[in-house]
Parts: sequence; structure tokens; C-alpha cells
Amino acid sequence: MSLLQVRDLKVHFPIRSGTLFTRQHGSVKAVDGVDLDVPAGTTFGLVGESGCGKSTLARAIMRLVEPTAGSITLDGRDLLGLSERRLRPVRRDFQMVFQDPMASLDPRQNVESLLTEPLRAHRIPGGSVEHARRIRTLLEVVGLPATALERYPHEFSGGQRQRIGIARALVLNPKLVVADEPVSALDVSVQAQVINLLKELQETFSLTYLVIAHDLAVVRHISDTVAVMYLGQIIEQAPATALYRAPTHPYTKALMGAVPVPDPAVEASRTRILLRGDLPSPANPPSGCRFHTRCPWRQATRCADERPALRTLAPGHQVACHFAEEIAAGRIPPSTTAVSSAAAAPAAASSAAEPPS
Amino acid sequence: MSTPEQVAATRPTGGDEAIGSPRPTRGLRSDALRRLRRNPMAVVGFTLILIFVGVAVFAPWIAPYSPKDNSWLSEVRPGAYPGPSAEHWLGIDPLGRDVFSRLVYGARQSLLIGVVSLAVGATVGVGIGLLAGAFGGWVDTVVMRLVDIMLSVPGLLFAIAIAAMLGQSLTSVMIAIAVVNIPIFARLLRGEMLGQRAADYVLAARSLGISRAGIVFRHVLPNSFTPVIVQGTLTLALAIVEAAGLAFLGLSGSDPSAPEWGRMLTDAQVALTSAPQLALYPGLAIVLAALGFTLLGESLREALDPKLRR
Repeated sequence: MSLLQVRDLKVHFPIRSGTLFTRQHGSVKAVDGVDLDVPAGTTFGLVGESGCGKSTLARAIMRLVEPTAGSITLDGRDLLGLSERRLRPVRRDFQMVFQDPMASLDPRQNVESLLTEPLRAHRIPGGSVEHARRIRTLLEVVGLPATALERYPHEFSGGQRQRIGIARALVLNPKLVVADEPVSALDVSVQAQVINLLKELQETFSLTYLVIAHDLAVVRHISDTVAVMYLGQIIEQAPATALYRAPTHPYTKALMGAVPVPDPAVEASRTRILLRGDLPSPANPPSGCRFHTRCPWRQATRCADERPALRTLAPGHQVACHFAEEIAAGRIPPSTTAVSSAAAAPAAASSAAEPPS
Repeated sequence: MSTPEQVAATRPTGGDEAIGSPRPTRGLRSDALRRLRRNPMAVVGFTLILIFVGVAVFAPWIAPYSPKDNSWLSEVRPGAYPGPSAEHWLGIDPLGRDVFSRLVYGARQSLLIGVVSLAVGATVGVGIGLLAGAFGGWVDTVVMRLVDIMLSVPGLLFAIAIAAMLGQSLTSVMIAIAVVNIPIFARLLRGEMLGQRAADYVLAARSLGISRAGIVFRHVLPNSFTPVIVQGTLTLALAIVEAAGLAFLGLSGSDPSAPEWGRMLTDAQVALTSAPQLALYPGLAIVLAALGFTLLGESLREALDPKLRR
């Protein structure tokens, strides 16, 4: 039984015009039919490029953005059926770690106040003495000294601020923690420490994580299952090791191919898939497979006019591509202009033309 | 980008940098105060305000004569007004009164009008802005359109209308200045609150399950109040100038002998060619008082700006 279950979740933002008589011109389909299952005690990683809807998905799950359709179930409890008022007491079960720790901490609150506030809001029993004890323990767990209590967010470094953000997310003892780009605002040297802290905390408090990132290495290191998002949809999902060993969807292949390897020999010989063009507009997504406008393996049939469903290829490995098996087996060659060895890449990039969509 | 190997190599606990910085912890307020003290503009402004308020409060002890005492009328000849002397530091005005005493008492009037009209205007304006900023949506639309209507009425016209309705009095002047200030405060607070409502820390507070009222009063409002404080000091400066203007036009009361800087300017008009200094004194007083609040307001703006904080 999954702790978090998301079914056919859609978040569409209406595009309106006019001040008095508003007209809707369509909508930006930021999240368009996403299914997720996150088993208790595991980490689910979500990757995708900027604008693919992963942050919107996180905020929709947190009910910070109202979903248009679908269902979200946490621990058997339907979250979307609850009004904001009824939802409030339930919120202690699912908490969020934000990308920018400076922006997500009120600059006028010292650490003690910002850690105590949720306890008071949820009327956690114990009174101020018990609360203070709990906060001190928590600070120690996230690696901050007790002297941090009377300090303000601007007095800390980025990594320390994120530790405060994590402590705040944990103060209510949640079951699920949604971390939206938890380390991307931090220095590389600090990223690893925060990631390891998250892993330690998961064991200590038996937490379930939904981690969103664009950094593939971060996600790989922390996740049990990884899903790849493209234009508001999940296009591939697999156990982390399987996904990184054998990416199947063309988009996943391209993403993985973009990760530099710290080995000059491998770097010189490896095959890189260069994606051309930008992410299409989510207000007017391509028909059929949303990736077909940029896919090097695009076929004349099906790709442009039939939306591929997430199919199970291997246990736990799902792909939304009509030709996944053929591509994996090498029966379909990629279009030659799109794939090149790293050395020839600049020439290929300049000579290839984007096929009209 | 960090590879798993690198990630595994570093120890997680202990903090990335030592927290033990030697400087004592300080909140935003003490930080702002410290920066104010270092700013010469703020010091000059504060000194001017201190003098202005001191003169207003201790006027009876500072002024050598009553401001309405015209016992020196006999010394006044048309076109020749006694200038500064040991007895009358700034001379005698065309109606035979001690200019220095009138100037000193005039500070009371200016301060009273400034403070009262600011208090009323800011309170009502902040209330309206809070309403619009806290609820947003149609409440915001309706309230803000009303504020726009208020904003479209010229202040002077409004003051004359009020004076016509309530009669020429100090109250009319204060109401007029207060009403003119309401939309300024309302728009300022509302805009700031709308901006703050979109901030991440508000999302964080929502996700923590903090009530809507709690978010508005404990997070959004305190973080939106800085520009209101700055505007308050600047408004005080404007109110002093506006009060003088309304008094100059004779809208401030029926007693022509009341000591007011604006009225002193009016009185000085008849002697502008022969004794221009009579207009200079109250003019200078108005400028210095307004300058004090403006300087303090501007330096407050700098001191409270979180972007400029080191």
C-alpha cells in the first residue's frame, strides 16, 4: 500500500484576458494526467527540465496550488476532498522543503519562533517547555547548535538555512516530506551534506520522500524510484538503478547523455543525443506523444497522433513510448543528425535542421 | 554537480560552516537602528525633528511674549517694520506682534496638524489596505476602485469643500489632509501585501497548516509594514507643508490672530517689498521642519531595506 497515491492529477492554469468581462483563451497544462505511487519509507525522485511541471506537481500535492482534476490520497485519506479549513489539521502529515531557504523563511522570525509556530498552530500538547525540548533535539539532529535559536535567517549561510528549513518541515513529525529542489540553491560543496542529512533523517524518522530536482546525480543518489517528467506528464518511471543503467525513453536517454562523466576516455567516446529546439508551450502541447517534436527516433506513424500510455516493460519499469522495445533492441535507428559522438557534436548541431512539427 | 562518490565522502553533520561568528546576534530592528546612527542624513533629520518638537512642546517657556500680544502696534509705521532687536529677536510684524513668539507657537500648530492628520489618514488607509491585501479577489477590486475614486479628487478642492461644509477650522484642515493621505497608505500597504503574499515563506506557512489570519497578521503584515513607516515620516513632512498652504489660503480657522506659519506668510504678503524677512522666517521654519521628516524618512527607507543589509 502506497503512502502517497496520485491518480490522473491535472493542474491547468487558465489564460484569461480582459479586466471586467474576463474571457478564457485556453489553459497552460502544467501538470496533465500524472499518476504516482510512493510506498512508505521510500524515496521517489522526480526529474525533468525547467518548466516541465515538476514544481507545480509538488505544490499541487501540497495543496498549495489547486489541482484541476484527479485525486491525491495520503495514507488512505483523500486530500482533494477536504476544504482548506478541514485540510489544515491534516497538513502536519505532509510537509515541504523549499528550494530557496532564504525566501521560504520569514526574515522577521528567529529560529525559535519559526520552529515553535507550527507546534502552536497544531496545538501539539506539551506546552512551551516540551516544545522547547523538542526544538532543541531537532536542531541537534539537523546539525545546528542550540545557539541558533535566537538568531535570524539572514545570519546563517545557505546550507545552514536549508537545515533550518528541513528542521521546520520535520517539527510536526510528518509522514511524507516533499522536497522541491532541496539543494539546487546551495553551493556544490554543501549540497552533498544536505543530501546526506536528508538520507540520515529518513532512517531516523522513517520518512517518505518525494524529491524533485533537475540534477540527475542528486536524484540518483537519494531515490529508490525515479520518474522523468516532460511537459506535464511522466514519460518514464523505474527503480533508480535500472533507470540510470538502461534509460529507455528517448527523452530519458537524452537527459542521461547530457550528464558529464568525470573520465576523459569515456567522455570522448560516449554517444550524446542532442535535443534540438525548446520545450514546447504547455498551453499548446504537441499532439500525440508530446516529445515527438524533438525525438530523434520519431516514426511516421503513431508518434504524432496517438498519445502513448505508460506501459510496463519490466517489473517496476514503465515507459510512455510506442516504440520503446524497438529502440531498446536497436531495430529503429535514431535520425543521424541528432545523434553524434561528442567530438562531432558542434558540426552536427550547426548542420542539422529541426523537422517542422 | 556532485557524484554519489563525492556525496558519500563528506560527513553530513556538524554544519557546513562554523556558526561561531563572534558578533552578537541581532534582530532586524537593532540592525536598522545601528545603520541609522551611522547615516549623517538620519542624524541631521532627527536633530531637526527634535528641535521642532522641542520648540512646539516648550513654546510657552521659549517664546518671550504671547503670540497674540499686539502691544507694539504703535512702533509699526507703514512700510517700516522694526527689525531684529534685543527685545524682539526677529522683529515685529505689520500688526505689531513679536515675530519670534509667533514662530515658536506656530510649531505647535504644525505639529498638531501633522500628527493628527497622519494618525487618522494612516490608520484608515492601513485598515483599507489591510482589507484589500488580506482578502484579495473581489474585495480587493471593490475597495481599490473606491480608493481610486478618492485619489482622483484633488486635495485642495477637497479641503475647500470640507471647509465649506464644516466651516473654517483646524478640524477641517486636519480632516482634509487626513483624507488626502488615506488612499496613499491604502495603496501602499495593499500593494506590498499582495507582493508578500506570493512569497515562499507564505507558502511555507500555509503548508505548515498555519491559519489564514495567522499568516496575514504574523507574517504578511509585519513584512509589509516597512514602506508604511517610511511613508508615514514623509507624509508628516507633506502635512506640514499642506497645513501651511491651507492656512495661507485662510482655510484653517476664523481667528486671524492664531499663530500659524501659513498665516504668518499671508500676513507678510502686505510687506513683502519692504520687509521680505517676515516671509522668510515662517518659510524657513516650514522648510526645515519638513526637511527633518523627509531626511529621516529617506534614511529609514535605506536602513529598513533588507536588500541593503550586509
